[in-house]
Amino acid sequence: MTPEDFTFVARLLKDQTGLVLTRDKAYLVENRLQSVVREHRLADLTELLAEVRGGNPAATTDLIDAMMSKDTGFFRDWKPFKHLAEVVLPNLRRARLAKRTFRILCAGCASGQEAYSVAMQIVEEAQHFTGWQVEIVGIDLSAAAIDAAGRGAYNQFEVQRGLPIRRLLRHFTKVGSGWTINENLRRMVSFRVWNLLEDMFPLGRFDVVLCRNVLIAFDQQTKIATLQKLARLLTDDGVLYVGVNESVTGVSGAFRVIASTLGIYAAQHEGVPPSHSMAAHL
Amino acid sequence: MKRCLIVDDSRVIRRVAAKIVQDLGFEVEEAENGKKALEACRTRMPDLALIDMDMPVMDGRTYLRELRGLPGGEKVVAIFCTTDADSSLIEQALAAGADEFIMKPFDSDIVRSKFLLLDIL
Repeated sequence: MTPEDFTFVARLLKDQTGLVLTRDKAYLVENRLQSVVREHRLADLTELLAEVRGGNPAATTDLIDAMMSKDTGFFRDWKPFKHLAEVVLPNLRRARLAKRTFRILCAGCASGQEAYSVAMQIVEEAQHFTGWQVEIVGIDLSAAAIDAAGRGAYNQFEVQRGLPIRRLLRHFTKVGSGWTINENLRRMVSFRVWNLLEDMFPLGRFDVVLCRNVLIAFDQQTKIATLQKLARLLTDDGVLYVGVNESVTGVSGAFRVIASTLGIYAAQHEGVPPSHSMAAHL
Repeated sequence: MKRCLIVDDSRVIRRVAAKIVQDLGFEVEEAENGKKALEACRTRMPDLALIDMDMPVMDGRTYLRELRGLPGGEKVVAIFCTTDADSSLIEQALAAGADEFIMKPFDSDIVRSKFLLLDIL
């Protein structure tokens, strides 16, 4: 891959997705784009990039899709999920008792494992949520990932990473050689193709936002802009989860640290006391 | 160092599992069936056992039942490992006293993930 080609791909990804590629990732670009070259029946990477430069929309979408991280898993870094189950969900039950409704956003949801993990936790507390309307929304830039998330079908390797066997038995059905999420969970989650660089306000407001291991791929400017948008999506007492290796501190004043090692932050809206947060009683 | 007993009649599976478990920091002992595994446990009780369900001489469920009856055997973390697992087989494994279940084939990520879930890493 020539330096010019790498610069072209890096610029395209930065402009379209916010993803920052450093030069040491050139091998990764070459590796991942081979499948797109084959899929489009092209001779090599040079031909693929010629198609993209010429404005071929399918080739451009597939190139971007191939470069997006699909690294995910059920209950990944399980401690934030423990916090969600033990602190935030009980607080939501109290705080939303009158309306009996709340919404959770998984931003950068890839193939849906995180969104379904949250759904499992709510279903396991079903006795507390009878008559409630709970909505979980998963968004991702990749149409292929959103399609896979909507199907909720996973192979044997995917369901064994992070998922205790009792949860697999309870929430999945074996179909062929894989496992498919049960209908009651699938109905709780909706998935949409959405670019985090775009306005997210049309999605409505959320009580909890999970945006884990997404910001880490962005440069500082994109990170700040994304956090500002996420802050506007959150309710006054809302909670933001970022990745355990990501930090919001010093990047955005719209959030207050709850547990930085777990990536948990409270929304900090003007005039709202800190004790108001659903994440406050850790 | 924690000890893991790998019980499987396939030498290849034992070798693959042993490498993965050693890389996770465990001392490994191997047994080719439940009877030999019980003998090993009577000499020295492991912290963890990876157990194939279907083996000649003594199968995994019989071995686990006998193990649980030995002094200290109730503390061993037991993980069944089997191919072609469906819900019914997994339920049988859990009813027999297994703490977790791994479907074959597995890789190091899966084993590590299961060990983390069981809090044994």
